[in-house]
Amino acid sequence: MTARIGVVTFPGSLDDRDALRAVRLAGAEPISLWHGDHDLRQVDAVVLPGGFSYGDYLRCGAIARFSPIMREVVEAAANGLAVLGICNGFQVLCESHLLPGALIRNAGLHFTCLDQRLRVETASTPWTSEYAAGSEITIPLKNGEGRYVADPQTLDDLEASGRVVFRYVGGNPNGSLRDIAGIRNEAGNVVGLMPHPEHAIDALTGPGADGLAMFVSVLKSMVTA
Amino acid sequence: MTRVVVDVMLKPEILDPQGQAIQRALPSLGFDQVTAVRQGKHFELEVDGSDAGAVADQVARTLLANPVIEDFRVHVAD
Repeated sequence: MTARIGVVTFPGSLDDRDALRAVRLAGAEPISLWHGDHDLRQVDAVVLPGGFSYGDYLRCGAIARFSPIMREVVEAAANGLAVLGICNGFQVLCESHLLPGALIRNAGLHFTCLDQRLRVETASTPWTSEYAAGSEITIPLKNGEGRYVADPQTLDDLEASGRVVFRYVGGNPNGSLRDIAGIRNEAGNVVGLMPHPEHAIDALTGPGADGLAMFVSVLKSMVTA
Repeated sequence: MTRVVVDVMLKPEILDPQGQAIQRALPSLGFDQVTAVRQGKHFELEVDGSDAGAVADQVARTLLANPVIEDFRVHVAD
């Protein structure tokens, strides 16, 4: 049976189509999920895509957090459902308290758009199991509010428990504390990152295919689970 | 109906690059005296019922402010 991976579309989502395509190219069945539904359609994993949900009004992700589908995602995540938040999706996960910390305006104020090098710090999540810990990948980064912040105690806890999943290398593009590009929750099933793996799944449309392994990882983690 | 004002500010330890950009623009307008600017949000709520302050406090805590990065103050108009 093919794994079903859902991608949520909020009003203002931009990268849901690319995320659905990445899921398909990884070999899973892509399932569109709608922000206004209370239905996860029996998916095996969920991707919250990039974009500007609800126009980024108030704070990025602040209003998406209260959408009907997010109530289902929060509940399912507590029961172990694999969830990946990309860019705006990462912001939604932080606002939902599924991940600690927050994402605020880039230190340089500029919207940043570039091919970003990252180090995969841990393979111990369902979204990174196909990478070697310590390996470097290049995927696009595009955001205006991607500066990861948290209090020093939270940052120390994240580092000590191996919950920093991705770190910027070759320069910090937005002032994120401790060069953090992505983190996971304590259980490991919820991962958020600012750069976009779904834009790097083939050499024709991205800087390479380094992002594809994130979607293959979750697929394989279901087979072995 | 009671008018309640909620002011939300980034916590002092959180970098405010927007406030800094505003501050840096001021000398060119002749305002050399302004040494720091912090930018925040100001909300005006109209609330029914007798416990407007408590309702606004909950609204601020739940939605208007993100307690991870922001502080807020609630002012109930007389």
